[in-house]
Amino acid sequence: MTQANVAAGSCADTPVLRQRGQHEVFCGLTSIIWLHRKMPDAFFLVIGSRTCAHLLQSAAGVMIFAEPRFGTAILEETDLAGMADAQTEIDLQVERLLSRRSDIKRLFLVASCPSEVIKLDLETAAQRLSRMHAPKVRVHAYSGSGIETTFTQGEDSCLAAMAADLPTGTDDGLLVVGALPDVVQDQMMNLLDRIGVPNVKILPHADSSNPPAIGKNTKIALVQPFLGETATALERAGASRIVAPFPFGEKGTTAWLIAVAEAFGISAQHVLNVTEAARNRARHAVSKEAEALTGRTVFFFPDSQLEIPLARFLTTECGMTALEIGSPYLDRRLMAPDLAEIPQGPVISEGQDVEKQLDRARAAKADLTVCGLGLANPLEAEGMTTKWAIELVFSPVHFYEQAGDLAGLFARPLRRRALLEVNA
Amino acid sequence: MKLSVWTYEGPPHVGAMRVATAMKGLHFVLHAPQGDTYADLLFTMIERRNHRPPVTYTTFQARDLGSDTARLFRESCLSAYERFKPEALLIGASCTAELIQDDPGGLGAAMGLPIPVIPVELPSYQRKENFGADETFFQITRALAKSLPRTKTVSANLIGPTALGFRHRDDITEVTALLEDMGIAVNVVAPFDATPSDIARLGAAHFNVLMYPETGEAACRWLERTFDQPFTKVVPIGVGATQDFVQEVADISGATARLDTSRLRLPWYSASVDSTYLTGKRVFVFGDGSHVITAARIAKSEMGFDVVGVGCYNREMARPVRALAKELGLEALISDDYLDVEAAISEASPELILGTQMERHIGKRLGIPCAVISSPVHVQDFPARYAPQMGVEGANVIFDTWVHPLVMGLEEHLLAMFREDPEFHDAAGPSHHGHSAPLPPVEENPKPQVASGDVIWLESAQKELRKIPIFVRGKARRNTEAFAASQGAQEISVELLYEAKAYYAR
Ligand code: SF4
Repeated sequence: MTQANVAAGSCADTPVLRQRGQHEVFCGLTSIIWLHRKMPDAFFLVIGSRTCAHLLQSAAGVMIFAEPRFGTAILEETDLAGMADAQTEIDLQVERLLSRRSDIKRLFLVASCPSEVIKLDLETAAQRLSRMHAPKVRVHAYSGSGIETTFTQGEDSCLAAMAADLPTGTDDGLLVVGALPDVVQDQMMNLLDRIGVPNVKILPHADSSNPPAIGKNTKIALVQPFLGETATALERAGASRIVAPFPFGEKGTTAWLIAVAEAFGISAQHVLNVTEAARNRARHAVSKEAEALTGRTVFFFPDSQLEIPLARFLTTECGMTALEIGSPYLDRRLMAPDLAEIPQGPVISEGQDVEKQLDRARAAKADLTVCGLGLANPLEAEGMTTKWAIELVFSPVHFYEQAGDLAGLFARPLRRRALLEVNA
Repeated sequence: MKLSVWTYEGPPHVGAMRVATAMKGLHFVLHAPQGDTYADLLFTMIERRNHRPPVTYTTFQARDLGSDTARLFRESCLSAYERFKPEALLIGASCTAELIQDDPGGLGAAMGLPIPVIPVELPSYQRKENFGADETFFQITRALAKSLPRTKTVSANLIGPTALGFRHRDDITEVTALLEDMGIAVNVVAPFDATPSDIARLGAAHFNVLMYPETGEAACRWLERTFDQPFTKVVPIGVGATQDFVQEVADISGATARLDTSRLRLPWYSASVDSTYLTGKRVFVFGDGSHVITAARIAKSEMGFDVVGVGCYNREMARPVRALAKELGLEALISDDYLDVEAAISEASPELILGTQMERHIGKRLGIPCAVISSPVHVQDFPARYAPQMGVEGANVIFDTWVHPLVMGLEEHLLAMFREDPEFHDAAGPSHHGHSAPLPPVEENPKPQVASGDVIWLESAQKELRKIPIFVRGKARRNTEAFAASQGAQEISVELLYEAKAYYAR
C-alpha cells in the first residue's frame, strides 16, 4: 500500500469493509470501570459468570478498592438448573447489598452473555426492585454482554437506560452526553460557560437526586462517538442532536464548540474570540508532539469506536496518513462530520476477522499500529510499533488542554523505539 | 448466585488457555463470545509473552443464537487448522457456550481433521482456573501419550509448569539442575514449551516430577496408573523441602541422593546476626495450597518467623492445608472470598504477609508489608532476572524477597534509637522503601483526637504510641482502645497504654 499523496476527497463515501471472524475486543461490561467513577452513588451489579468477574478484574488492572462499587453475582449450577428461582436470588443479592451499602442510590443490573442466554429478564427485575426500594434506590437494567455489545457500547446501553428514565422539562438548554474524566469535564463546563451556552447539564449525572430534564427545547451534544443508542433515546424524548465532529485536538474542539454555540444562536466569531488563548496553547502543544508523527502512517485495529475521530485528529492535525481505520461498529450518522475531514485513502473497516486484519496490518507496515492489549506485544515482537488503544479510553484526551497529551500518546511509542539501541 | 468482587481464580477455560499457551504446536478453539478475548491480555501483558495465545474464539453473537453457532464453531476449527497447521487441536467451551450446548466435542470428532482433536469439558459454573488447567493437561496427556520403552539412562518428566504460572519458567531450570546433579536427565517438560509430539514421549521417562500439584496432578496420576510411572510428592521450595525432594527422587529412581549446596545461602543468611530481628516476626500465609504449605515450612523452620495465620483459596487443597494449620495450632482459612481474607489478616495483625497479588493490595491498605509467594500474580512478578522459587537458588531468592519489605535488623535498631531526634520523622520510613512505604492513617493527626468508640487519646499517649514499631502500631492502637472501653475509660493516657500492653501480653 502506498502512502503517497492522498487523492483529493474525503472518506465520507468510502465503502466499508465488513468481515466476519474472530473479534479481538472487550465486551460492554468493561465500561463499568470508568462509568462507576462518574456516578459516585451508583453500584453496578453484573449478573453473570466467573468469566465476567475475571474480565472486570483484569480490565481494572489493579484492585485499588477493597469494595468497589461494582461486583458480579455469579450464576451457579442451582440457578441454571432452575432449582433456585433466579428472580428471587437477584432480590436476595440486592437486598443484602443495599443493606450493607447505604451509600447506594442507583443500582444498575447489568446483563451478561450467560444471563441473556438463559433469558433472565433483568428489565422486570429492575422494575420490581425499584418499587421495592423506592424512594431510596432507583434500579435500572442494561446489557453489557459480549453477544450484544463491544467495549464502549456498554456505556451507550447504560446511558440509554438512564435516558429513558429522565424527567421531562421545557427549559432551553444543553445536555452534554458522555462520561469524561473530571478534569476534562470541568474544562468543558468552563468553556461553555464563557461562550455563554445556557443551562448546561451532563449525562451521566453525578448526583442521582438531580437528573437533567429532557424536552422539546433540549439540545444534546455528544462528546463520545459511541453513544448512538443514547442519542436515539434522547431524540425520542424530544431533544435535538447537534451535529458536530468530536472534540479531539484543537480543530475538533473548536468545531464542536462552534456547532454547540450556533445551536444557541451564538456566533462562531464569539467562540473564536473566547477560545483564542486555549486554541493557541493547544496548537502549540500538538505541533511539538507532532514532530514525531508528521509524515508517518497509522493503522487502527477496532477497539473503542474512537478510531474514526482519532484518525481525523492524527490526519488533519498531526500530519499522519491513515492506512486502515477499523471500528468495532460504525455509526455513520455520528461519524459523518469526522469522516468528511479524513483525506481519502484508508481502508475503513467495521467488525473484524482478526486473522485477516493482522495479515493486512503486516502488509501495510504502518509506522504506528493502534491495537488492543492482546495484540500489542505480539506485534511489537514482530517489529511493529504499537499504541495500546485502551489508554485512549482511560486517559483525559478531549478538548484543548489535552490536545498535546493526546498527540503525545501516539508520539511516545515512536520516540521510544527511536531511543532504544538494543534489539529486542 | 454468589456476589464476587475480586477473584483469585479465573474460569476453567482460562486454565485451559494456560496449558495451551504454554505449549507449542497446539491450537485451542474456544467456543466463546468476543468479550472473552480479554484473556489474551493476561498472557501478552502480565506475562509479557511476545506471541498471541494460540486460541481462536468463535465470537458468536446474539443474532447467531439458535441458528448456526454450531456451524460457526465448525468453521472456526477448520480455518484455525488451515491457518496454524497445529499438530493437535484442543476444543472447549467457555461459560456462555456451555449454556448453548453445541457439543464441541462431538462436532470436533465429526470434522475428520487429520490431526488429533482433543475435547475438554470445562464446567464453568462449578469449577475454576486451576481445575481447568489440570483437566486440560490431563486430557491432552491421555489423548497423546503413548506407551514406550524407558530411556536407557534414568530420566524424568517435569509436570505442571504452565503459562502465567508464578516463576514456572525459572523453576524448570532449577529442578532440571537438581536432577542433573544426580545424573538424571529430563525427558520432557510439560506443558511448558512442549509440543504434542513431546507429550507422546512422556511414557519414556522413568518417573515424573510433579512440580505443581494444582496443574499437573491428574496427569501424573493417570501416568502412574497407565505407564506405571511413579511421581514425586514433595514440592522442592525451601531448603528442607529441597533436601526431602532429593531424597524422594533417590528413593524413586535408585540414584544416589546428592544436593550441591555450594551456592545455597539461605541457612547462613538466616543464621547471621543481622537476622536476629526476624525472630518471631508474625506472618500470615495465604495463596494456592502448594505454595502455602512450602512457605509455611520455610517461614517457621528456615526464617524463624511465627506463623499466625494460614490458608488457601483453592478448595482442592483444603485437606492438606487444614492439616498444616492444625500442626501450627491454627484454624485454616479456606476461602476464595477476598473480603474474608482481608478480615482475617486485619484480625491477625501480622508484621508480614506472604500472599498473592490480592494480599499485596490488602497489605497496602492495612499498612502491612507483603511478599508474593503464589498466583494470582501481576506483571512485577514476572521479573527479567532469574528468580526461581524451587531448589537452591529458589531458597536464596525467597530469603531476599521476604526480607526486603521488612526493616533490616540494624536499621530497625537505629530507627528506634533516633526516633525522638528532630531530624527524624516516621513518615520517612525505612530507607529502602523509597516513597512507597505505606503508613497507617493513624499517623496523620498527632493532636488529641476522638477515636473510634469515642475514647480520647491524650497527646502524651499519642506520642508514646508513635514509638511503637510501625507494623504493630495499628494493633496496639486498637487493643488499647478496646482495653480503654472495657475499663470504661474516657481518655487514653501513657499509663493506660502500658496497662493495656501488659494486659494483652498474655
Ligand atoms: S463476553 Fe460475555 S461472558 Fe464474557 S465477560 Fe463479557 S459478558 Fe461475561
